[in-house]
Amino acid sequence: MKVTLKIWRQPDAASQGAMHTYELDEVSEDMSFLEMLDVLNENLNAAGEEPVAFDSDCREGICGMCGLMINGEAHGPEVTTTCQLHMRSFKDGDEIVIEPWRADAFPVVKDLVVDRGAFDRIIQAGGFISVNTGSAPEAHSVPVPREDALRAFNVATCIGCGACVAACPNGSASLFMGAKITHLGELPQGQPERDERVVSMVAQHDHEGFGGCTNIGECTAACPKEIPLDVISRLNWDLHQAMRHGH
Amino acid sequence: MATTTLVKGARASRSTITLKLLMAASGILFILFVLAHMYGNLKAFSGHDAYNDYAEHLRVMGEPMVPREGFLWILRAALIVALVVHVGSAVALWKRAHRARSTRYVVKKNKASSLSSRTMRWGGLTLLLFIIWHLVNFTIGKVNVSGGSTNDPYNLLVDTFDTWWMTLIYLAAMLALAMHLHHGVWSSAQTLGLTNNARARRNAKTLGWILAVVIAGGFSLVPIFVLAGVITK
Repeated sequence: MKVTLKIWRQPDAASQGAMHTYELDEVSEDMSFLEMLDVLNENLNAAGEEPVAFDSDCREGICGMCGLMINGEAHGPEVTTTCQLHMRSFKDGDEIVIEPWRADAFPVVKDLVVDRGAFDRIIQAGGFISVNTGSAPEAHSVPVPREDALRAFNVATCIGCGACVAACPNGSASLFMGAKITHLGELPQGQPERDERVVSMVAQHDHEGFGGCTNIGECTAACPKEIPLDVISRLNWDLHQAMRHGH
Repeated sequence: MATTTLVKGARASRSTITLKLLMAASGILFILFVLAHMYGNLKAFSGHDAYNDYAEHLRVMGEPMVPREGFLWILRAALIVALVVHVGSAVALWKRAHRARSTRYVVKKNKASSLSSRTMRWGGLTLLLFIIWHLVNFTIGKVNVSGGSTNDPYNLLVDTFDTWWMTLIYLAAMLALAMHLHHGVWSSAQTLGLTNNARARRNAKTLGWILAVVIAGGFSLVPIFVLAGVITK
């Protein structure tokens, strides 16, 4: 099949970017979306042009490295990561608009690559538990109710890809934070630092320039791991509990 | 806006979530107010005297513990404070959202969000303009568009809604209110942290629908029935 690609090209962070149009022929519907871009880049290389820069790593949908805005949808039309999206989701003759995640907290590095270091710093601010290193403690010494363990595991599937921020009209990272807060807050090991965690993570989130949440739900619809909206309620709850405890 | 520094001495009260909490709390006060206000308006169905008596009772409420209109002014003061908090927080968050994405998408689809959730800000501004006109109409200025008297609350009400375009303005405002409530009710529950599972989330959304229909519908009855000639002087 044949597709028309409209891709955001920007040589570096300081330069102005613009949309460029490319025609790509002989695209197989069995190709992944990123393989399709690989083919485009081979053509560009052959023509002596600069290939399109984009992020990818595992290409198995588990690392969270890839992420493109495809026709106005984070990770494209399927509930999956960009690397797990296949060209069979498109039709012959389709026009595909590809843009980087748009958030001032995720500055464009080059073309479709953005710097998501802001997420690392939110985690650094409080998205962890403090434990002594050494031999692992006896697992049965800290019982975890089944429901709590299930919920913690379900939201721990967040891979930090940034689709929630990309899809949010406010550029908020509340779903990402909510997933981490819920993941650690559901488990006994997360309790000692629960108050400091939420206060530090939210402060870092705001400091990075992410927007506030308006509970509209675009984030959860874009999330390749289907993190539910109720983690944001948990985030809000934990923050005002921390306030009540004097933080 | 991205930084490479970690925040030191973080304070919960300085966060965007705190602004949202202020919006939720002031919004809930507004919901309680409009429920009571709607109930009062429905007195128009009981006729001239019942309606005007209710209006007078609002003024003598709490007497002799408080002076005439004393309790009314306490309520008004609370509403004014809530309005300043609600609008102030909204403006701060609006500005922040604007800065958070200074480069817009060429193509952006809305996949899951309701129309009401995406129109909270402009809908809120519409309501603010309506509230100003409404106060000029019935409280501060007392404007009778058909040129009649303004010192009789019931007659002013009937004269106002006998004018078709006034009824239209009020019905449009009630549509804006219904949309604002539809998202606002659920959003405030979420912000207060009360929707921590799928069932609670569904319930909060249902409550949003119910309050939107009951409040905006209840308010709309009086103008419609005046225009239809059921409620007359």
